[in-house]
Amino acid sequence: MIPQIIFTLLFLTGAGIFALKIKKIRRNIFLGKPLEIKDNKAKRWKTMAKVAMGQSKMVVRPVAGFFHILIYVGFVLINIEVLEIIIDGFTGEHRFFAPYLGGFYNFLIGFFEILALLVIIACVVFLYRRNISSIKRFKMPEMKGWPKLDGNLILVVEVVLMGALLKMNACDQILQLRGADHYMVAGSFPISQFLVPFFDGFETGTLITFERIFWWAHITGILIFLNYVPYSKHFHIILAFPNTYYSNLKPKGQLNNMAAVKKEVDLMMGGDPFATPEPTVDEGPPERFGVKDVTDLNWKNLLDAYSCTECGRCTDNCPANQTGKLLSPRKVMMDTRDRIEEVGKNIDKAGKPIEDGISLLGNYITEEELWACTTCNACVDACPINIDPLNIIMNMRRYLIMEESKSPDSVTSMFNNVENNGAPWAFPAADRGKWIDELN
Amino acid sequence: MSTPIHVPTMAQMIASGEVPEVLFWVGCSGSFDDRAKRITKAIVKILAKANVKFAVLGAEESCSGDPAKRAGNEFLFQMQAAQNIMVLNGYDVKKIVTGCPHCFNTIKNEYPELGGNYNVIHHTQFINDLIKDGKLVIADGKSFKGKKITFHDPCYLGRANDIYEAPREALMKLDAELVEMKRCKAKGLCCGAGGAQMFKEAEPGNKEVNVERTEDALEAKADIIATGCPFCNTMMTDGVKNFNKEEEVEVKDIAELIAEAADLI
Repeated sequence: MIPQIIFTLLFLTGAGIFALKIKKIRRNIFLGKPLEIKDNKAKRWKTMAKVAMGQSKMVVRPVAGFFHILIYVGFVLINIEVLEIIIDGFTGEHRFFAPYLGGFYNFLIGFFEILALLVIIACVVFLYRRNISSIKRFKMPEMKGWPKLDGNLILVVEVVLMGALLKMNACDQILQLRGADHYMVAGSFPISQFLVPFFDGFETGTLITFERIFWWAHITGILIFLNYVPYSKHFHIILAFPNTYYSNLKPKGQLNNMAAVKKEVDLMMGGDPFATPEPTVDEGPPERFGVKDVTDLNWKNLLDAYSCTECGRCTDNCPANQTGKLLSPRKVMMDTRDRIEEVGKNIDKAGKPIEDGISLLGNYITEEELWACTTCNACVDACPINIDPLNIIMNMRRYLIMEESKSPDSVTSMFNNVENNGAPWAFPAADRGKWIDELN
Repeated sequence: MSTPIHVPTMAQMIASGEVPEVLFWVGCSGSFDDRAKRITKAIVKILAKANVKFAVLGAEESCSGDPAKRAGNEFLFQMQAAQNIMVLNGYDVKKIVTGCPHCFNTIKNEYPELGGNYNVIHHTQFINDLIKDGKLVIADGKSFKGKKITFHDPCYLGRANDIYEAPREALMKLDAELVEMKRCKAKGLCCGAGGAQMFKEAEPGNKEVNVERTEDALEAKADIIATGCPFCNTMMTDGVKNFNKEEEVEVKDIAELIAEAADLI
């Protein structure tokens, strides 16, 4: 009974802390501006199925795509076994599903073992790619420190977890053969059979202890990992699904028309200046044009930020970054997440939103980064889970121009030309048809 | 070449009680930039040759607002849009062919919400359709035999609007070999001009984007870099000059290549 009680407490604590953290992240995401995304449900499910479940954009880069799929499939399927482990933990049974599934159970356990081995191989390949091979996007400035450690930690933990699973099975099969009490004959062990020689010299009692240690190591490891995930780039394993569901389905070139601006332009262009003004409703303080801080972003921008796994394909494809400019779309996403976490922590401390004198634009992202963007959409196209860094960049430019009137001189001249001549250059509108005279 | 081409404005056409089939939206580059004007003229010659009843807005056309919007000046963009939509709706325009992917994207995707709903087509799509429908016959003109042509995807046609095939289909009508750069279609590299970069100095870096892109084209051993955007055309032309290859490598818009092959210029 005691192990069951310990397990139940452990599980409830692990799941509880996780739930609290999720609640906090959800609150942070909805600090963003409202945005209604309720259209095209069928297409949204399809996009999620294709991009998140089907990993369609991961395989654009075949090597990373292949090994990522191994880890992904391994993770999802091995979780079925984790479900059994949890039930075993609650009930005190051993291999709870075995009697119900018969021969299929043996197949499943064998299949999971092969997956576990493939996951280990994939993690080793990824550790190699991150630390030894010279892949540029893993060595960029924004990847120094925590992001690098985070990436490695996840891979190491996965190797440890899969190792525990295989070692547990190795001990288990010896115990099964010896007919140890409680260890029914079930499962097939195509991989862990090779670990048997390391363990079969031990007494049955010692082996049971080993098997139990690996069992507990595996399940506590999983619970610790579960709570690590929301603090890590690894959160994408959950958020990739909602994030692709809420993908932008419009053409990538379409940038939203700001409703607040439309209202003013309508008044200027067509509004009857002598009309009785509509009864004014108190709309609160006028909204800021564009984005200065994370709370000016909409919730989808913030969901994007929490979903980012820092793979760097956006930055790798960015023409500005490739030619040595300061802009890195990945950094834009990481900055956004770091800042919203900071804002969230302020709220945790003070109990309400506070003004801390810090903002996303200025303290995290510089004007130079924003002005380096060519709006080419390569970052948007490259993201394996449809994150849109460009939208954040554009809305920060809007803030710079419409709130601070800050633009490079040449851009200011371009604005003046458009305003005065209807063209970005200083040519008179009357000359627009000159080419016609030159035609014949 | 023989009969002079008449390019009516919308105002003239309406005044004479006629309705054009399409409005040709020239764009600022195509109207004012000397190099881009040659593209405009090629498009017009193709339209005339294919007996398309078209008109332009002339002095009534104004910047679509794209560079203002992409630089963050939403206010100026919406003012431009409102003004253009008023003109376009005033003439009851239904179908627009643009000579620039930036105008194309803006009018097609961003004007509808502001009251401007038109069937907007990029000139490479329109030309491709004219050839497919047999309205434009490519014959008697310049031969491209033995030449390698590569197409540089404009961001605002390709990634922005998923149009990759129409320009390539048009190029395949030429007797040249179409070669792809290592980065093409959805993976095509920007020329460096979008997002209002055309109108400013590049931010500090270690290379110009157009030079990086021109390297792709040179690597593909192209004799001709085909473009579908006046900005790309400028950037790629400068890129080729940067490598002192202007004798060997030409930068031409698809409209120009087709017009040459059809003996129109």
